[in-house]
Amino acid sequence: MNIAPELIHIAVALAAIAAFIGLNGLVLVWLERKVAGHIQRRPGPYEVGPWGLLQPVADAVKLVGKQLVRPKVADPWLYWSAPLLSFTPVFLLFLTIPFGPRLIGMEFNLGLLLILAFSGLNVLALCLAGWSSANKYSLLGAARAVAQSIAYEIPLLLAVLAIAFQFGTLNLSTIVHHQGPMPWQWNVMTQPLAFIIYFICAVAETNRAPFDLPEAESELTAGFHTEYSGMAFGLFFLAEYAYIIVISCVATVLFLGGWHGPGAPGFWWFLLKVYALIMVIIWLRWTYPRVRFDQLLNINWKWLLPLALVNLLLTLIFVKM
Amino acid sequence: MIKKTPKQSTLQGIKSLFVGLRVTGHNFVMPQITTHYPRQEVDNLVTYRGHIELVPKEDDPMTSKCILCGQCAKACPSNCIELVIRKEEVEPPPAAEAQPDADKEEAPPKPAPKKKVKRILEAFILDYNLCSLCGQCVQTCPVDSLEFSTNSYLAGFTREEFVFELLERMRKKYKASSSG
Ligand code: SF4
Ligand code: SF4
Repeated sequence: MNIAPELIHIAVALAAIAAFIGLNGLVLVWLERKVAGHIQRRPGPYEVGPWGLLQPVADAVKLVGKQLVRPKVADPWLYWSAPLLSFTPVFLLFLTIPFGPRLIGMEFNLGLLLILAFSGLNVLALCLAGWSSANKYSLLGAARAVAQSIAYEIPLLLAVLAIAFQFGTLNLSTIVHHQGPMPWQWNVMTQPLAFIIYFICAVAETNRAPFDLPEAESELTAGFHTEYSGMAFGLFFLAEYAYIIVISCVATVLFLGGWHGPGAPGFWWFLLKVYALIMVIIWLRWTYPRVRFDQLLNINWKWLLPLALVNLLLTLIFVKM
Repeated sequence: MIKKTPKQSTLQGIKSLFVGLRVTGHNFVMPQITTHYPRQEVDNLVTYRGHIELVPKEDDPMTSKCILCGQCAKACPSNCIELVIRKEEVEPPPAAEAQPDADKEEAPPKPAPKKKVKRILEAFILDYNLCSLCGQCVQTCPVDSLEFSTNSYLAGFTREEFVFELLERMRKKYKASSSG
């Protein structure tokens, strides 16, 4: 009897999340191209709509209108399930993120675990996409994606664990509640190393430049999504942006005080921080060249992983004291 | 190069990350430097290298500075320059014969002076389809008779439209500028 309101709450939350992802996807495409343009001293999109605001809409319409093509030798089931598999977990990821004091899809004690677990599905999707395409570029891209994601997942988990240990919980709302409104009360002050490690790993996890080896266009055409056209490609694309939002949301929750902020706390603070992080990620992309594969793994195994372990150890010592 | 220790190169690498961010960040806030083409046009095209044009003489804009040496055609790696030269025989100027030669009477009589041949530039044909805009012709010309045009909006539908007769173009340009 009392399960129904909870279900309705989740359904509404899912619908809101879908709208949120769609809208943010459009905004991010526009933002990314604008930022890229300005960094290169050119205007970016400016023809469609005022300041080119309608450009992503035009792009989306184009993508929807395109024919879906499948290579003859590709495995149809795996081939078509990969983009869906990449995109659908995104809904679950947003479900436990506290956008505001009460604005949360589902209060869930293992929220952090849920996010980490389901974001791992993306790797599987990329792997399937590359493997089922029966294309050497796709396969190479998929292999890279797997190696990269597995490597970077470990320091990411360790960095997140440090926060979890500090507060003894995996509940995202609780973690936010432990932080105060002022920037010096945020976890980034007590766990700066964890924040940096988390951020680097998260960028690598989303296959963003400078870690975009799975889709390195100069070497692999388009990597794992070489064969995908139309909305199948669109879903990968949207998923990539959705994951960027997710990692920024999680970073905000864990390290930047969530919806806390000077003055009136609320979801606006949350969105502001998320967008600031996204801007940094875009900025990174248009600054750094792509790393080489051996460098990529070296950064992880030689630097991030030991640092994350040390950080975790220090956290443990402090917590126990 | 001195080999750096791993520590040095790591620190330098980390520093370079921030330098890179500063560079892009700085450019992000600087004004744009591109031109929104159909709505705006580039005003400074002096450095643009279009197809070549003949340069007219300063005192006579209807003839070019060209001395018909043919160096440009020879230098062109794409063989796109062709000079059409008309030869005209002209009587040698009589002044050459009336030279005072009095004290050398036994000197054998000079062979009758050859008729001089005047070479006139009929046409200077550039096949712009083949041109690689390398600039060899402009560089080799001993009298600076060639220059790059600045027509960056050149467009056409057929190959034939890109075979230019430069002499005619030069004259037309002069006529247009003098009448306009
Ligand atoms: S620019 Fe180069 S290719 Fe073009 S006409 Fe001159 S020499 Fe030939
Ligand atoms: S090199 Fe100059 S002077 Fe000689 S033929 Fe060519 S344009 Fe004329």
